[in-house]
Amino acid sequence: MTRELLKGNIAIAEAAVRAGLEAYFGYPITPQTELLEYLSVRMNELNRVFLQAESEVAAINMVYGAACTGVRVMTSSSSPGISLMQEGLSYIAGANLPCVVVDMMRGGPGLGNILPSQGDYFQITRSAGHGDYHPIVLAPASVQEAIDFTTLAFDLADQYRHLVILAADGQIGQMMEPAELPPMTEPRKTPPEWALRGAQDRPRNVISSLFMSGEAEEAHNIAIQKRLRKIKKTEPRWQEYNTDDAQLLVIAYGSAGRVAYSALEAARANGLKVGLMRPQTLWPFPEERLSELADRVEMCLVVEMNAGQMLEDVRLATGGQIPVQFYGRMGGIVPSSEEVLKAIETHYNHAAHHA
Amino acid sequence: MLQVVAQPIMQTVYQRPECLTDHHTHYCPGCTHGIAHRLLAEAIDELGIRTQTVLVAPVGCSVFVYDYFNVDACVAAHGRAPAMATGLKRVLPDRMVITYQGDGDLVSIGAGEILHAAARGEHITTIFVNNAVYGMTGGQMAPTTLVGQKTTSSAQGRSVSSTGYPIRMSELLSSLDGTAYIVRRSLHDPASIRKAKKAILTALKVQQAGLGFGMVELLSTCPTNWGIAPDKALEWLETNMLPYYPVGDYKVVPEVAAL
Ligand SMILES: Cc1ncc(C[n+]2csc(CCOP(=O)(O)OP(=O)(O)O)c2C)c(N)n1
Ligand code: SF4
Repeated sequence: MTRELLKGNIAIAEAAVRAGLEAYFGYPITPQTELLEYLSVRMNELNRVFLQAESEVAAINMVYGAACTGVRVMTSSSSPGISLMQEGLSYIAGANLPCVVVDMMRGGPGLGNILPSQGDYFQITRSAGHGDYHPIVLAPASVQEAIDFTTLAFDLADQYRHLVILAADGQIGQMMEPAELPPMTEPRKTPPEWALRGAQDRPRNVISSLFMSGEAEEAHNIAIQKRLRKIKKTEPRWQEYNTDDAQLLVIAYGSAGRVAYSALEAARANGLKVGLMRPQTLWPFPEERLSELADRVEMCLVVEMNAGQMLEDVRLATGGQIPVQFYGRMGGIVPSSEEVLKAIETHYNHAAHHA
Repeated sequence: MLQVVAQPIMQTVYQRPECLTDHHTHYCPGCTHGIAHRLLAEAIDELGIRTQTVLVAPVGCSVFVYDYFNVDACVAAHGRAPAMATGLKRVLPDRMVITYQGDGDLVSIGAGEILHAAARGEHITTIFVNNAVYGMTGGQMAPTTLVGQKTTSSAQGRSVSSTGYPIRMSELLSSLDGTAYIVRRSLHDPASIRKAKKAILTALKVQQAGLGFGMVELLSTCPTNWGIAPDKALEWLETNMLPYYPVGDYKVVPEVAAL
């Protein structure tokens, strides 16, 4: 395969097609609309299902219906649209169905703006709708990673019969980078045994998230929690840079993670022992590894494009072992590496002073 | 002498449709949801499509249809059955996809989803049970509640000045080009029930033939929340609902005649 110059949104769409996407339902919203537009042509070419829904509420419920048939299904949106999808996401989770949702996060709250943001961290990592569960949340930091995580998202969704959210900020959706797409894989031929296809030569299948008795509902929840524990054990993903001798550990994901990496390089050039942990799964959060690192470093600095949301997970993981500092920009502003470097230097010197 | 002994001839004249399970339904005495189930089940059996059918349950008193029908089934979020059915049908164009919805589900919270499914001409069939109240939650006012009708959330009678007018969904949807078959029937007496059965059968054939969106509205009773005895509830339906919601064929595309 060859590397080509690809825009994030298009790369995700084509990666989904190549992962065997059989049905897509969506509603236009910046900054992910190219994804929908691209699939409107591509899916038709391949004789697969594409439908522009009347709203995100309808789109996610169409996804819910299509997911019942056992095919690979996806929708994509951005923050206000993801807010509208919360109902459907909760039903999909309650019915143990696999599906992939792309969230190209933008500035909020409210209508906000169309600039890149990481303001959806709470709404997508906590439960995405009512009830006790967590979607698996993958956070790419480049177009290549967006492609790789799209493939991974479908595999994880199928493996666990679970909802997977690919969460990027609008910058990753909009930027062009050289990247390599995977080869085309054909959609699965035989549907899973739980799929709704008509009760031919087998007892009927029922897909529901309704359990009338407290006992049955609790048993259902216990099963979900068991699955979540397994995911939490096996699926945390992250990247580390210069953590071996780091005194200050920066933690940042997505576009903020890229900026933090540039800042780290500059800090290292200045002789500061700075490391970076870039979570690739926001849920499950790589808390175990972070806790280990917290034993070795003197201080953490969380960098986000929000008011401090992952910050809470970092605090939980580090359990008050070390000071946790925060640097964030809001409103759709991507911090510059210079300002992150400045934040690093300020806290680093402060830590050195106290050491 | 030859003795002739009369042998009783055993013949089944009435039995549970294959399409229904032996689950006891949870419906109140006199509730016509049970009749609607029976009619739909008979129609599915007659067309021999039980193993090709996926049923989408609503949120409402009929949420448990998946327990009563021996077909593949799922439960939608409140009002979203037409969107869910769209997802199913688009992936499985050769299966029969049916939604079963109450009036709160279809006309209120799910008004958007049914309107767009109908406008797109989704090849699905909707059985729409209109009992003029929210049954499951205890008889609150629905968009179909008649003017002046007392409910638990309009205890002084539905007032036009604050809540406007009841929505006639069959009439509304029939104006959309994507619809192929939109009719209203009633379940208040045997003759009407027979006509309802025929309409459900036709609606399913419309889906088989891929003619467009089909819906059968069934005027139904909710004796419990109307606060009327079952027999009186049938009379109440006839006297009060029929004049506002006339039974009839609101949209029947010409191709239906050939089915
Ligand atoms: C989002 C949401 N809002 C409200 C409810 C509560 N609820 C359950 S059933 C129902 C009304 C059902 O009435 P209808 O559709 O007329 O069906 P019926 O029970 O009369 O057959 C309501 C409001 C819900 N389950 N979900
Ligand atoms: S509450 Fe009304 S609609 Fe519900 S089962 Fe009882 S009679 Fe039927």
